[in-house]
Amino acid sequence: MSEFTSEFWSVYIALLTIVSILACAVLLWTQGKRKVAGTTTETTGHTWDGDLGEYNNPLPRWWSWLFYITIVFSLGYLALYPGLGSYAGALGWTEVKQLGEEDARANAQFGPLYDKFAAQDVAKLASNPEALAIGQRLFLNHCAQCHAADGGGSRGFPNLTDRDWLWGGTPEAIKASIIDGRAGVMPPFGPALGEQGVKDVAHYVLSLSGSPSDSIRTARGKPLFAQTCAVCHGADGRGNPALGAPNLTDRIWLHGSGEPAIIETITKGRNNQMPAHKEFLPASKIQLLAGYVYSLSEQGASPAAAK
Amino acid sequence: MDLPPPKALGSAGARPAAVVQPAETLEQALYEVRKKIYPRAVHGWFAAWRWALVWATQLVFYGGAWLQWNDRQAVLFDIVHRKFYILGLVFWPQDIIYLTVLLIVSALGLFLFTAVAGRLWCGYACPQTVYTEIFMWVEERIEGSRAARMKLDQSPLTVRKLGLKSAKHAVWLAIALWTGFTFVGYFTPIRELWTEATTLFRWSGGGPNPALGPWETFWVLFYGFATYGNAGWMREQVCKYMCPYARFQSAMFDRDTLVITYDGGRGEPRGARSRAADRAALGLGDCVDCGICVQVCPTGIDIRNGLQYECIGCAACVDGCDQVMDKMGYPRGLIRYSTENAVAQHLTRSQTLARVFRPRALVYAGILAGIVIAAGVSLWLRVPLKVDVIRDRAAISREVEGGLIENVFRLQIMNTAETGRRFEVRAEGLPGIRVVSEPSVEVDAAASRMVPVRVRVPPGEARPGTHPIEFVVSAIGDEGVAVREKSVFIVR
Repeated sequence: MSEFTSEFWSVYIALLTIVSILACAVLLWTQGKRKVAGTTTETTGHTWDGDLGEYNNPLPRWWSWLFYITIVFSLGYLALYPGLGSYAGALGWTEVKQLGEEDARANAQFGPLYDKFAAQDVAKLASNPEALAIGQRLFLNHCAQCHAADGGGSRGFPNLTDRDWLWGGTPEAIKASIIDGRAGVMPPFGPALGEQGVKDVAHYVLSLSGSPSDSIRTARGKPLFAQTCAVCHGADGRGNPALGAPNLTDRIWLHGSGEPAIIETITKGRNNQMPAHKEFLPASKIQLLAGYVYSLSEQGASPAAAK
Repeated sequence: MDLPPPKALGSAGARPAAVVQPAETLEQALYEVRKKIYPRAVHGWFAAWRWALVWATQLVFYGGAWLQWNDRQAVLFDIVHRKFYILGLVFWPQDIIYLTVLLIVSALGLFLFTAVAGRLWCGYACPQTVYTEIFMWVEERIEGSRAARMKLDQSPLTVRKLGLKSAKHAVWLAIALWTGFTFVGYFTPIRELWTEATTLFRWSGGGPNPALGPWETFWVLFYGFATYGNAGWMREQVCKYMCPYARFQSAMFDRDTLVITYDGGRGEPRGARSRAADRAALGLGDCVDCGICVQVCPTGIDIRNGLQYECIGCAACVDGCDQVMDKMGYPRGLIRYSTENAVAQHLTRSQTLARVFRPRALVYAGILAGIVIAAGVSLWLRVPLKVDVIRDRAAISREVEGGLIENVFRLQIMNTAETGRRFEVRAEGLPGIRVVSEPSVEVDAAASRMVPVRVRVPPGEARPGTHPIEFVVSAIGDEGVAVREKSVFIVR
């Protein structure tokens, strides 16, 4: 009830609620009996259309108790739970608190299932069918939205099933990527290189992986690459896992292959973000995920294969 | 059908006596204290039928929970794991259609029985009737006959009265608790429940704790209390005030519906007479006005006032009246199952029964038979395998080495059989289409698995756009167990 700007409305609603409930009780009490004209209780005395009478078939008395019980219940409920204006209730119950309790219960119940894997080596988890089965479910829940259900990724989201790694494919590097996330930034070089310069560099980059390229542009691009790109991607273009700079000599392209895609990357730069997971995944689950991802790249394996 | 005469519409038994006062106005209560009904025990043809059904339903109910099937409880509604086991069948949430069918069959069955012979369900098979019958039997054994019970209730509290009442309620509570326990046993494995319930306390967390879980305890007590309250205390009030069936039965009755009928033409004018007296000479009908039909009535009505909504069709009055007729040497059937038309047109018994095969009943029976057969065939052809295909939303379409187009799907494979199986996954619908991920998947008994599946199509085989494809999931070693599921392959 924090949206109330003044305490008045809280009191107003609380009073309105209590008065209404008490009015219901009074109504029940006073209307349970009534005086009717006539000398018999056979009918209620109502007559419609001249001759249609209404028989008096009283409800059993316990039925009226049900009405009183609802009144008692509502008062008890309002005393225990929030409902009367801004009064929080004697139990202090909130949805958030209940969620926290349920989470704690679930963690207490299911935590041990994960915890037994927390201390195990990632490489070892990658060959443990039970760990892989759990890892796969965690992957489908937390990772598949970007990296695809098979871990194969899509444009802009790295493929985790090959051996090409932006930030390194060791168990430690994979864990670090999951825990803290990664920010892969390539600055835009369009203004610095100019349109022709960008095209020349692009052709040199294409030539690095043996893709078809214009030899004149490749020759012109080589010194430009050494000046502007080699800092991150290395003089040989093999990339640098410390910076997340991709290897340009393989034929794996995160943002699309071919001249236009590469020109776009050089001109506008790229800004890739892998979110950190340490805030909402416990260490044991991260360990299991790392094991699963490691297995994807090491064996191209899924738990089905491991089973 | 025509409405019964106005007098019969009201509750003859429960209505407060018409108080005639000289005053012009009268205070009238909208609620009244229930007048306790003391039904007299009755024996006879229909009472025997009711007891047969009490035994049949209760043997199934109390015994069924203990049956085993393939090392598990034969009938178990496992809500936590969302699986319903009924003998050899395992129902998953996806099988909810069968619950719908069951409800439709029950409803149509009720329509059919009601159209043919009135409230058969109420009189013989409804748990309210069945448990009331059991509880009244206990009451009769402990407190004695109707007259003895009425006398006991009016007598001041004595040690004997206290003892009898305590004994009755103890037996009632025992039956009720066992009923509650059995009911919960259909939702929690009853053997484990029994072990827990008989262990009482278990040493855990540094002190004795109840072995039975709090929720099991609650529901056992809840259903136990419901049985005790409904069969011991509420009785006919459940039928009169809570059950909606009494209120819409008139929509299902017609002039050829068999209902408990008092043959007024034969019975009136009623009156007491000695057995030797000549009723014709006295100008009396067959009704000796002994009141047995009212005394045996569990809802406290007088059937001689005609059909009333309180009448649950138990035929206790038929049995009671037949015995009196036998004693008087009159023909049986002053109160009998008959129809409005039969009484009005003086139809013979066979003429009356021939009218059972009227369009209304035949239509109900036809629809009922059709649905039962369809459900049976569907259950028979049911494959213990379910597959859901979910297209991967992250990778709509990707190009892989060699220019092949790859799509990723998640297959939820549910093995509803009670043995583990290995399933083969194939894709069909485009030339050269192929599943390149693991081609076979092991799924445990009565378990489900989400499997990522990669499907590839050679370059040039499909134009950019969407293409309908089908997944075929089949059990290896059992070709009959196969499911086809449609999906879409996207090329861009």
